[in-house]
Amino acid sequence: MRPFQYTRAPSLAEASNLTAGENTLAIAGGTNLLDLMKLQVETPGQLADINRLGYADIEDTDDGGLRLGALATNTETAVHPRVRSDYPVLSRAILAGATQQLRNKATNGGNLCQRTRCFYFTNIDQPCNKREPGSGCGAIDGIAKLHAILGTSDQCIATYPGDMAVALSALGATVEISGDKGERSVPVRDFHCLPGDTPWIENILERGEIITGIVLPAPVGGTQIYRKVRERSSYAFALVSVAAIIELTDGKFSRADLAFGGLAHKPWHDPRVGECLLGQVPSDALFDKAADILLEDARGFGENDFKIPLTRRTLHAVLSQATEDAA
Amino acid sequence: MVLQGQEVRLADTITVNGTAYPIPDDPRVSLLDFLRQHIGLTGTKKGCDHGQCGACTVLVNGVRINSCLTLATMHDGDDVTTIEGLGTPEEPSALQRAFVEHDGYQCGYCTPGQICSATAMLEEIAAGWPSDASETLNGKVRLSSEEIRERMSGNLCRCGAYANIVAAIEDVAAGDRS
Repeated sequence: MRPFQYTRAPSLAEASNLTAGENTLAIAGGTNLLDLMKLQVETPGQLADINRLGYADIEDTDDGGLRLGALATNTETAVHPRVRSDYPVLSRAILAGATQQLRNKATNGGNLCQRTRCFYFTNIDQPCNKREPGSGCGAIDGIAKLHAILGTSDQCIATYPGDMAVALSALGATVEISGDKGERSVPVRDFHCLPGDTPWIENILERGEIITGIVLPAPVGGTQIYRKVRERSSYAFALVSVAAIIELTDGKFSRADLAFGGLAHKPWHDPRVGECLLGQVPSDALFDKAADILLEDARGFGENDFKIPLTRRTLHAVLSQATEDAA
Repeated sequence: MVLQGQEVRLADTITVNGTAYPIPDDPRVSLLDFLRQHIGLTGTKKGCDHGQCGACTVLVNGVRINSCLTLATMHDGDDVTTIEGLGTPEEPSALQRAFVEHDGYQCGYCTPGQICSATAMLEEIAAGWPSDASETLNGKVRLSSEEIRERMSGNLCRCGAYANIVAAIEDVAAGDRS
Protein backbone atom coordinates (compact mmCIF):
# COMPACT_ATOMS: atom_id res chain seq x y z
CA MET A 1 0.00 0.00 0.00
CA ARG A 2 1.31 3.47 -0.89
CA PRO A 3 1.85 5.82 2.08
CA PHE A 4 -1.07 8.12 2.86
CA GLN A 5 -2.10 10.55 5.52
CA TYR A 6 -4.93 9.43 7.75
CA THR A 7 -7.31 11.99 9.17
CA ARG A 8 -10.30 11.42 11.38
CA ALA A 9 -12.95 13.84 10.17
CA PRO A 10 -14.42 15.56 13.24
CA SER A 11 -17.58 16.72 11.47
CA LEU A 12 -19.50 16.24 8.25
CA ALA A 13 -18.48 19.74 7.14
CA GLU A 14 -14.83 18.92 7.69
CA ALA A 15 -15.25 15.60 5.87
CA SER A 16 -16.61 17.60 2.91
CA ASN A 17 -13.71 20.04 3.09
CA LEU A 18 -11.18 17.24 3.19
CA THR A 19 -12.67 15.21 0.35
CA ALA A 20 -13.19 18.34 -1.78
CA GLY A 21 -9.42 18.39 -2.13
CA GLU A 22 -7.71 16.42 -4.84
CA ASN A 23 -6.46 12.96 -3.90
CA THR A 24 -8.42 12.62 -0.64
CA LEU A 25 -10.94 9.82 -0.31
CA ALA A 26 -13.49 9.21 2.41
CA ILE A 27 -13.21 5.85 4.15
CA ALA A 28 -16.10 4.16 5.95
CA GLY A 29 -16.12 0.35 6.18
CA GLY A 30 -13.12 0.24 3.88
CA THR A 31 -13.67 -3.32 2.67
CA ASN A 32 -13.51 -2.29 -0.99
CA LEU A 33 -11.27 0.78 -0.74
CA LEU A 34 -8.47 -0.86 1.29
CA ASP A 35 -8.53 -3.86 -1.02
CA LEU A 36 -8.06 -1.52 -4.01
CA MET A 37 -5.32 0.40 -2.17
CA LYS A 38 -3.40 -2.83 -1.62
CA LEU A 39 -3.67 -3.47 -5.36
CA GLN A 40 -2.59 0.15 -6.01
CA VAL A 41 -5.73 0.66 -8.06
CA GLU A 42 -6.51 3.44 -5.59
CA THR A 43 -3.58 5.55 -4.40
CA PRO A 44 -5.06 8.39 -2.32
CA GLY A 45 -2.68 10.79 -0.61
CA GLN A 46 -5.10 11.12 2.27
CA LEU A 47 -7.96 9.14 3.80
CA ALA A 48 -10.68 10.99 5.65
CA ASP A 49 -12.22 8.57 8.15
CA ILE A 50 -15.94 9.34 8.39
CA ASN A 51 -16.87 6.37 10.59
CA ARG A 52 -17.67 8.28 13.74
CA LEU A 53 -19.76 11.09 12.30
CA GLY A 54 -23.09 9.47 13.22
CA TYR A 55 -25.48 8.81 10.31
CA ALA A 56 -25.64 5.20 11.43
CA ASP A 57 -29.27 5.06 12.59
CA ILE A 58 -32.13 3.33 10.86
CA GLU A 59 -35.26 5.31 11.59
CA ASP A 60 -38.86 5.74 10.49
CA THR A 61 -39.63 8.70 8.25
CA ASP A 62 -42.71 10.88 8.72
CA ASP A 63 -44.48 9.40 5.70
CA GLY A 64 -44.11 5.79 6.83
CA GLY A 65 -40.88 5.08 5.01
CA LEU A 66 -37.49 4.25 6.45
CA ARG A 67 -34.20 6.16 6.47
CA LEU A 68 -31.09 3.98 6.39
CA GLY A 69 -28.07 5.79 7.77
CA ALA A 70 -25.18 5.84 5.31
CA LEU A 71 -22.91 4.51 8.04
CA ALA A 72 -25.24 1.74 9.19
CA THR A 73 -23.65 -1.54 8.18
CA ASN A 74 -25.10 -3.84 5.56
CA THR A 75 -25.77 -6.37 8.33
CA GLU A 76 -27.57 -3.87 10.55
CA THR A 77 -29.74 -3.00 7.58
CA ALA A 78 -30.49 -6.55 6.44
CA VAL A 79 -31.52 -7.72 9.93
CA HIS A 80 -33.47 -4.60 10.91
CA PRO A 81 -37.04 -5.67 11.83
CA ARG A 82 -38.70 -3.17 9.52
CA VAL A 83 -36.43 -4.00 6.58
CA ARG A 84 -37.18 -7.68 7.05
CA SER A 85 -40.94 -7.09 7.31
CA ASP A 86 -41.60 -4.20 4.93
CA TYR A 87 -38.70 -4.34 2.45
CA PRO A 88 -37.77 -8.05 2.29
CA VAL A 89 -36.31 -7.62 -1.21
CA LEU A 90 -33.64 -5.41 0.38
CA SER A 91 -32.81 -7.88 3.18
CA ARG A 92 -32.60 -10.66 0.59
CA ALA A 93 -30.38 -8.65 -1.75
CA ILE A 94 -27.94 -7.72 1.01
CA LEU A 95 -27.83 -11.27 2.38
CA ALA A 96 -27.12 -12.58 -1.14
CA GLY A 97 -23.95 -10.50 -1.36
CA ALA A 98 -20.43 -10.96 0.03
CA THR A 99 -19.92 -12.78 3.35
CA GLN A 100 -21.08 -12.15 6.91
CA GLN A 101 -17.65 -10.73 7.81
CA LEU A 102 -17.77 -8.24 4.93
CA ARG A 103 -21.42 -7.28 5.47
CA ASN A 104 -20.61 -6.63 9.13
CA LYS A 105 -18.06 -3.98 8.13
CA ALA A 106 -19.43 -2.64 4.84
CA THR A 107 -21.68 0.41 5.13
CA ASN A 108 -24.73 1.36 3.11
CA GLY A 109 -23.09 4.46 1.66
CA GLY A 110 -19.91 2.60 0.81
CA ASN A 111 -21.87 -0.21 -0.78
CA LEU A 112 -23.40 2.26 -3.26
CA CYS A 113 -19.91 3.55 -4.11
CA GLN A 114 -18.18 0.18 -4.52
CA ARG A 115 -16.11 -0.22 -7.66
CA THR A 116 -16.49 -2.77 -10.41
CA ARG A 117 -14.81 -6.17 -10.04
CA CYS A 118 -13.70 -6.12 -13.70
CA PHE A 119 -10.41 -8.05 -13.85
CA TYR A 120 -8.83 -5.37 -16.04
CA PHE A 121 -9.79 -2.62 -13.61
CA THR A 122 -8.29 -4.37 -10.57
CA ASN A 123 -5.05 -5.40 -12.31
CA ILE A 124 -2.77 -2.38 -12.80
CA ASP A 125 -0.75 -4.23 -15.45
CA GLN A 126 -3.77 -4.31 -17.75
CA PRO A 127 -5.34 -1.57 -19.86
CA CYS A 128 -8.48 0.01 -18.39
CA ASN A 129 -10.15 3.24 -19.44
CA LYS A 130 -11.82 3.46 -16.05
CA ARG A 131 -8.59 3.26 -14.05
CA GLU A 132 -6.32 4.91 -16.59
CA PRO A 133 -8.30 6.94 -19.15
CA GLY A 134 -7.12 6.37 -22.71
CA SER A 135 -5.32 3.10 -21.98
CA GLY A 136 -8.02 1.02 -23.68
CA CYS A 137 -10.46 -1.65 -22.53
CA GLY A 138 -9.04 -5.14 -22.09
CA ALA A 139 -12.42 -6.71 -21.47
CA ILE A 140 -14.09 -5.92 -24.80
CA ASP A 141 -12.04 -8.57 -26.59
CA GLY A 142 -10.92 -10.36 -23.45
CA ILE A 143 -12.19 -12.04 -20.30
CA ALA A 144 -15.73 -10.75 -20.14
CA LYS A 145 -17.84 -13.36 -18.41
CA LEU A 146 -19.00 -10.96 -15.68
CA HIS A 147 -19.42 -8.03 -18.02
CA ALA A 148 -22.30 -5.90 -19.18
CA ILE A 149 -24.77 -6.55 -21.98
CA LEU A 150 -26.76 -3.32 -21.63
CA GLY A 151 -25.67 0.33 -21.69
CA THR A 152 -22.07 -0.44 -22.65
CA SER A 153 -19.76 1.87 -24.59
CA ASP A 154 -16.68 1.31 -26.72
CA GLN A 155 -14.72 2.59 -23.71
CA CYS A 156 -15.99 0.24 -20.99
CA ILE A 157 -18.17 -2.84 -20.50
CA ALA A 158 -17.77 -3.18 -16.72
CA THR A 159 -20.71 -3.94 -14.46
CA TYR A 160 -21.75 -2.39 -11.20
CA PRO A 161 -21.21 -5.40 -8.94
CA GLY A 162 -23.55 -4.80 -6.00
CA ASP A 163 -26.81 -6.42 -4.93
CA MET A 164 -28.15 -3.89 -2.41
CA ALA A 165 -28.52 -1.09 -4.95
CA VAL A 166 -30.50 -3.35 -7.29
CA ALA A 167 -33.14 -3.81 -4.58
CA LEU A 168 -33.01 -0.08 -3.78
CA SER A 169 -33.64 0.68 -7.45
CA ALA A 170 -36.69 -1.57 -7.53
CA LEU A 171 -37.95 0.01 -4.31
CA GLY A 172 -37.53 3.54 -5.71
CA ALA A 173 -35.22 4.64 -2.88
CA THR A 174 -33.51 8.02 -2.68
CA VAL A 175 -29.89 8.84 -1.78
CA GLU A 176 -29.33 11.76 0.61
CA ILE A 177 -26.12 13.65 -0.10
CA SER A 178 -24.38 16.44 1.77
CA GLY A 179 -21.63 18.67 0.42
CA ASP A 180 -20.10 22.11 0.59
CA LYS A 181 -22.88 23.45 -1.65
CA GLY A 182 -25.61 22.06 0.60
CA GLU A 183 -27.76 18.99 0.63
CA ARG A 184 -29.51 17.19 -2.19
CA SER A 185 -31.53 14.02 -2.74
CA VAL A 186 -31.08 11.84 -5.80
CA PRO A 187 -33.12 8.77 -6.77
CA VAL A 188 -31.00 5.61 -6.58
CA ARG A 189 -32.04 5.01 -10.20
CA ASP A 190 -30.17 8.20 -11.17
CA PHE A 191 -27.22 7.78 -8.79
CA HIS A 192 -25.01 5.52 -10.91
CA CYS A 193 -23.87 6.46 -14.42
CA LEU A 194 -23.41 4.58 -17.68
CA PRO A 195 -19.78 4.49 -18.87
CA GLY A 196 -20.16 6.49 -22.11
CA ASP A 197 -16.94 8.34 -22.87
CA THR A 198 -16.19 8.87 -19.16
CA PRO A 199 -16.07 5.39 -17.60
CA TRP A 200 -14.11 6.74 -14.62
CA ILE A 201 -17.25 8.61 -13.53
CA GLU A 202 -19.34 5.93 -11.83
CA ASN A 203 -21.90 7.99 -9.94
CA ILE A 204 -23.15 11.54 -9.59
CA LEU A 205 -21.26 12.31 -6.36
CA GLU A 206 -19.10 15.37 -6.77
CA ARG A 207 -15.86 15.97 -4.97
CA GLY A 208 -16.59 16.92 -1.38
CA GLU A 209 -20.00 15.27 -1.36
CA ILE A 210 -20.75 12.57 1.21
CA ILE A 211 -23.72 10.21 1.28
CA THR A 212 -25.56 10.61 4.59
CA GLY A 213 -28.54 8.31 4.12
CA ILE A 214 -30.82 6.28 1.90
CA VAL A 215 -34.56 6.83 2.16
CA LEU A 216 -37.03 4.07 1.39
CA PRO A 217 -40.56 5.17 0.46
CA ALA A 218 -43.51 3.91 2.50
CA PRO A 219 -43.91 0.16 1.96
CA VAL A 220 -46.23 -1.12 -0.76
CA GLY A 221 -48.15 -4.38 -1.00
CA GLY A 222 -47.33 -7.39 -3.10
CA THR A 223 -44.62 -9.98 -3.34
CA GLN A 224 -40.96 -9.06 -3.13
CA ILE A 225 -38.32 -11.30 -4.68
CA TYR A 226 -34.55 -11.06 -5.11
CA ARG A 227 -33.27 -13.74 -7.43
CA LYS A 228 -29.50 -13.92 -7.93
CA VAL A 229 -27.87 -16.26 -10.43
CA ARG A 230 -24.16 -16.84 -9.85
CA GLU A 231 -21.44 -19.37 -10.49
CA ARG A 232 -21.49 -20.75 -6.94
CA SER A 233 -24.23 -20.55 -4.36
CA SER A 234 -22.47 -18.21 -1.93
CA TYR A 235 -19.92 -15.40 -2.00
CA ALA A 236 -19.98 -14.71 -5.73
CA PHE A 237 -21.04 -11.73 -7.78
CA ALA A 238 -24.23 -11.87 -9.80
CA LEU A 239 -24.15 -13.00 -13.39
CA VAL A 240 -27.75 -11.80 -13.45
CA SER A 241 -29.97 -10.70 -10.61
CA VAL A 242 -33.57 -9.54 -10.51
CA ALA A 243 -35.23 -7.49 -7.78
CA ALA A 244 -39.00 -7.56 -8.14
CA ILE A 245 -41.96 -6.06 -6.32
CA ILE A 246 -45.03 -7.60 -7.90
CA GLU A 247 -48.70 -7.22 -7.05
CA LEU A 248 -51.70 -8.78 -8.75
CA THR A 249 -55.24 -7.41 -8.49
CA ASP A 250 -58.13 -9.47 -9.90
CA GLY A 251 -55.59 -11.73 -11.61
CA LYS A 252 -53.81 -8.90 -13.42
CA PHE A 253 -50.52 -7.15 -12.70
CA SER A 254 -51.20 -3.99 -10.69
CA ARG A 255 -47.58 -3.42 -9.70
CA ALA A 256 -44.38 -4.54 -11.38
CA ASP A 257 -41.31 -2.71 -10.12
CA LEU A 258 -38.25 -4.46 -11.53
CA ALA A 259 -34.51 -3.81 -11.41
CA PHE A 260 -31.63 -5.93 -12.66
CA GLY A 261 -28.07 -6.53 -11.48
CA GLY A 262 -25.06 -7.89 -13.34
CA LEU A 263 -26.22 -6.46 -16.67
CA ALA A 264 -24.81 -2.96 -16.79
CA HIS A 265 -22.59 -0.26 -15.31
CA LYS A 266 -25.50 0.57 -12.99
CA PRO A 267 -28.47 -1.26 -11.49
CA TRP A 268 -30.67 -1.54 -14.57
CA HIS A 269 -34.17 -0.10 -14.38
CA ASP A 270 -36.16 0.14 -17.60
CA PRO A 271 -39.65 1.47 -16.77
CA ARG A 272 -41.05 -0.01 -20.00
CA VAL A 273 -40.55 -3.54 -18.68
CA GLY A 274 -42.89 -3.10 -15.73
CA GLU A 275 -45.32 -0.96 -17.72
CA CYS A 276 -45.84 -3.69 -20.32
CA LEU A 277 -47.01 -6.01 -17.55
CA LEU A 278 -49.50 -3.67 -15.87
CA GLY A 279 -53.15 -4.55 -16.38
CA GLN A 280 -52.21 -7.81 -18.10
CA VAL A 281 -52.95 -11.40 -17.09
CA PRO A 282 -49.72 -13.33 -16.41
CA SER A 283 -48.70 -15.66 -19.22
CA ASP A 284 -45.55 -17.05 -20.77
CA ALA A 285 -46.14 -14.88 -23.82
CA LEU A 286 -46.40 -11.77 -21.64
CA PHE A 287 -43.19 -12.64 -19.77
CA ASP A 288 -41.44 -13.11 -23.12
CA LYS A 289 -42.67 -9.71 -24.24
CA ALA A 290 -41.24 -8.13 -21.06
CA ALA A 291 -37.91 -9.86 -21.72
CA ASP A 292 -37.98 -8.70 -25.36
CA ILE A 293 -38.34 -5.10 -24.22
CA LEU A 294 -35.63 -5.45 -21.56
CA LEU A 295 -33.16 -7.05 -23.95
CA GLU A 296 -34.01 -5.06 -27.07
CA ASP A 297 -30.57 -3.41 -27.17
CA ALA A 298 -28.61 -6.17 -25.40
CA ARG A 299 -25.21 -7.00 -26.85
CA GLY A 300 -22.81 -9.73 -25.77
CA PHE A 301 -19.02 -9.66 -25.95
CA GLY A 302 -18.31 -13.32 -26.53
CA GLU A 303 -17.76 -14.77 -23.07
CA ASN A 304 -20.88 -13.09 -21.70
CA ASP A 305 -23.23 -13.87 -24.60
CA PHE A 306 -24.94 -16.36 -22.29
CA LYS A 307 -26.23 -13.51 -20.16
CA ILE A 308 -28.85 -12.62 -22.77
CA PRO A 309 -30.77 -15.93 -22.59
CA LEU A 310 -29.96 -16.22 -18.87
CA THR A 311 -31.57 -12.84 -18.20
CA ARG A 312 -34.64 -13.83 -20.19
CA ARG A 313 -35.02 -17.06 -18.23
CA THR A 314 -34.33 -15.45 -14.86
CA LEU A 315 -36.94 -12.77 -15.49
CA HIS A 316 -39.36 -15.48 -16.59
CA ALA A 317 -38.68 -17.48 -13.41
CA VAL A 318 -39.15 -14.45 -11.15
CA LEU A 319 -42.42 -13.42 -12.79
CA SER A 320 -43.71 -17.00 -12.63
CA GLN A 321 -42.78 -17.29 -8.96
CA ALA A 322 -44.29 -13.90 -8.12
CA THR A 323 -47.49 -14.85 -9.93
CA GLU A 324 -47.74 -18.11 -7.99
CA ASP A 325 -46.98 -16.38 -4.68
CA ALA A 326 -49.62 -13.76 -5.38
CA ALA A 327 -52.27 -16.27 -6.43
CA MET B 1 -5.15 11.77 15.05
CA VAL B 2 -5.33 15.49 15.72
CA LEU B 3 -7.05 17.67 13.17
CA GLN B 4 -7.09 21.46 13.42
CA GLY B 5 -6.70 21.26 17.17
CA GLN B 6 -9.63 18.91 17.65
CA GLU B 7 -8.98 15.61 19.36
CA VAL B 8 -11.41 13.14 17.86
CA ARG B 9 -10.00 9.86 19.07
CA LEU B 10 -12.00 7.85 21.56
CA ALA B 11 -8.83 6.42 23.09
CA ASP B 12 -5.16 6.03 22.22
CA THR B 13 -5.37 2.30 22.51
CA ILE B 14 -6.93 -0.83 21.07
CA THR B 15 -7.96 -3.47 23.58
CA VAL B 16 -7.12 -7.00 22.50
CA ASN B 17 -8.25 -9.94 24.61
CA GLY B 18 -8.59 -7.60 27.59
CA THR B 19 -5.21 -5.86 27.31
CA ALA B 20 -4.84 -2.30 25.97
CA TYR B 21 -2.17 -1.65 23.34
CA PRO B 22 -1.08 1.66 21.78
CA ILE B 23 -2.29 2.49 18.25
CA PRO B 24 0.50 2.10 15.66
CA ASP B 25 1.94 5.28 14.13
CA ASP B 26 1.81 4.14 10.50
CA PRO B 27 -1.81 4.36 9.31
CA ARG B 28 -1.14 1.65 6.70
CA VAL B 29 -0.97 -1.06 9.37
CA SER B 30 -3.95 -3.36 8.99
CA LEU B 31 -5.59 -4.70 12.12
CA LEU B 32 -4.27 -8.10 11.04
CA ASP B 33 -0.65 -6.95 10.80
CA PHE B 34 -1.05 -5.08 14.09
CA LEU B 35 -2.16 -8.28 15.83
CA ARG B 36 0.53 -10.49 14.32
CA GLN B 37 3.54 -8.20 14.01
CA HIS B 38 3.05 -5.42 16.55
CA ILE B 39 1.70 -7.32 19.55
CA GLY B 40 2.80 -10.87 18.69
CA LEU B 41 -0.61 -12.53 18.58
CA THR B 42 0.11 -14.85 15.65
CA GLY B 43 -2.94 -17.05 16.11
CA THR B 44 -4.81 -14.86 13.62
CA LYS B 45 -3.62 -15.87 10.15
CA LYS B 46 -2.92 -14.03 6.91
CA GLY B 47 -4.26 -16.00 3.96
CA CYS B 48 -5.20 -13.86 0.97
CA ASP B 49 -4.97 -10.41 2.62
CA HIS B 50 -7.95 -9.39 0.45
CA GLY B 51 -11.01 -10.42 2.46
CA GLN B 52 -11.63 -13.53 0.41
CA CYS B 53 -10.43 -16.39 2.62
CA GLY B 54 -11.48 -15.48 6.16
CA ALA B 55 -8.27 -16.76 7.83
CA CYS B 56 -7.90 -13.34 9.48
CA THR B 57 -11.39 -13.29 11.03
CA VAL B 58 -11.51 -11.72 14.49
CA LEU B 59 -14.27 -10.28 16.65
CA VAL B 60 -14.39 -6.49 17.02
CA ASN B 61 -16.83 -5.43 19.73
CA GLY B 62 -18.29 -8.93 19.39
CA VAL B 63 -18.81 -8.72 15.60
CA ARG B 64 -16.79 -10.86 13.18
CA ILE B 65 -14.84 -9.02 10.51
CA ASN B 66 -11.87 -9.57 8.20
CA SER B 67 -8.95 -8.00 10.09
CA CYS B 68 -6.99 -7.67 6.81
CA LEU B 69 -9.47 -5.16 5.39
CA THR B 70 -9.44 -2.64 8.18
CA LEU B 71 -6.79 -0.27 9.52
CA ALA B 72 -5.62 -0.62 13.10
CA THR B 73 -5.70 3.15 13.44
CA MET B 74 -9.48 3.11 12.85
CA HIS B 75 -10.03 0.94 15.94
CA ASP B 76 -9.13 3.24 18.82
CA GLY B 77 -11.27 2.32 21.80
CA ASP B 78 -12.45 -0.92 20.21
CA ASP B 79 -12.43 -4.31 21.89
CA VAL B 80 -10.86 -7.05 19.77
CA THR B 81 -11.07 -10.78 20.51
CA THR B 82 -8.73 -13.16 18.70
CA ILE B 83 -8.43 -16.93 18.80
CA GLU B 84 -6.06 -16.52 21.78
CA GLY B 85 -8.86 -14.76 23.66
CA LEU B 86 -11.46 -17.46 23.10
CA GLY B 87 -9.72 -20.16 25.10
CA THR B 88 -6.42 -21.73 26.03
CA PRO B 89 -4.95 -25.21 25.49
CA GLU B 90 -5.88 -25.91 29.11
CA GLU B 91 -9.32 -24.38 28.90
CA PRO B 92 -10.49 -24.43 25.27
CA SER B 93 -13.82 -22.94 24.26
CA ALA B 94 -16.61 -25.32 23.28
CA LEU B 95 -15.88 -24.72 19.58
CA GLN B 96 -12.13 -25.15 20.02
CA ARG B 97 -12.78 -28.47 21.74
CA ALA B 98 -15.29 -29.54 19.07
CA PHE B 99 -12.86 -28.76 16.21
CA VAL B 100 -10.28 -31.02 17.90
CA GLU B 101 -12.81 -33.78 18.56
CA HIS B 102 -14.19 -33.71 15.01
CA ASP B 103 -10.82 -33.23 13.32
CA GLY B 104 -12.17 -30.02 11.77
CA TYR B 105 -8.92 -29.22 9.94
CA GLN B 106 -5.99 -30.75 8.17
CA CYS B 107 -3.13 -28.23 8.04
CA GLY B 108 -4.86 -26.00 10.59
CA TYR B 109 -4.01 -22.68 8.95
CA CYS B 110 -7.64 -21.58 8.47
CA THR B 111 -8.75 -22.94 11.85
CA PRO B 112 -8.39 -19.78 14.01
CA GLY B 113 -10.48 -17.87 11.49
CA GLN B 114 -13.00 -20.70 11.25
CA ILE B 115 -13.40 -20.81 15.03
CA CYS B 116 -13.66 -17.03 15.47
CA SER B 117 -16.19 -16.96 12.64
CA ALA B 118 -18.23 -19.85 14.05
CA THR B 119 -18.19 -18.29 17.53
CA ALA B 120 -19.84 -15.15 16.15
CA MET B 121 -22.12 -17.18 13.89
CA LEU B 122 -23.72 -18.94 16.84
CA GLU B 123 -24.39 -15.53 18.43
CA GLU B 124 -25.95 -14.30 15.18
CA ILE B 125 -28.24 -17.31 15.09
CA ALA B 126 -29.18 -16.80 18.73
CA ALA B 127 -30.08 -13.21 17.81
CA GLY B 128 -32.37 -14.53 15.03
CA TRP B 129 -30.42 -13.03 12.14
CA PRO B 130 -31.47 -14.63 8.84
CA SER B 131 -29.06 -15.71 6.10
CA ASP B 132 -29.33 -16.19 2.35
CA ALA B 133 -30.12 -19.85 3.07
CA SER B 134 -33.00 -19.07 5.45
CA GLU B 135 -36.47 -19.94 4.22
CA THR B 136 -38.01 -16.95 5.95
CA LEU B 137 -36.52 -13.66 7.09
CA ASN B 138 -38.46 -13.69 10.34
CA GLY B 139 -38.75 -16.35 12.95
CA LYS B 140 -36.37 -18.80 14.54
CA VAL B 141 -33.44 -19.99 12.45
CA ARG B 142 -33.44 -23.74 11.86
CA LEU B 143 -29.76 -24.66 11.98
CA SER B 144 -29.31 -26.97 9.01
CA SER B 145 -26.09 -27.93 7.29
CA GLU B 146 -27.10 -25.52 4.49
CA GLU B 147 -27.42 -22.68 7.00
CA ILE B 148 -23.98 -23.39 8.47
CA ARG B 149 -22.36 -23.63 5.04
CA GLU B 150 -23.90 -20.37 3.87
CA ARG B 151 -23.04 -18.54 7.10
CA MET B 152 -19.46 -19.86 7.01
CA SER B 153 -18.90 -19.13 3.30
CA GLY B 154 -16.46 -16.37 4.19
CA ASN B 155 -14.01 -18.93 5.58
CA LEU B 156 -12.22 -21.09 3.06
CA CYS B 157 -10.39 -24.33 3.89
CA ARG B 158 -7.97 -25.32 1.14
CA CYS B 159 -7.57 -28.77 2.74
CA GLY B 160 -11.30 -29.27 2.31
CA ALA B 161 -12.12 -30.21 5.90
CA TYR B 162 -15.57 -28.71 5.49
CA ALA B 163 -17.54 -31.83 6.47
CA ASN B 164 -15.78 -32.01 9.82
CA ILE B 165 -15.97 -28.25 10.35
CA VAL B 166 -19.75 -28.40 9.85
CA ALA B 167 -19.94 -31.39 12.22
CA ALA B 168 -17.98 -29.53 14.91
CA ILE B 169 -20.25 -26.50 14.65
CA GLU B 170 -23.42 -28.64 14.62
CA ASP B 171 -22.16 -30.37 17.75
CA VAL B 172 -21.71 -27.10 19.66
CA ALA B 173 -24.97 -25.68 18.33
CA ALA B 174 -26.81 -28.78 19.55
CA GLY B 175 -25.23 -28.28 22.98
CA ASP B 176 -26.38 -24.66 22.97
CA ARG B 177 -29.92 -25.79 22.27
CA SER B 178 -30.02 -28.42 24.99
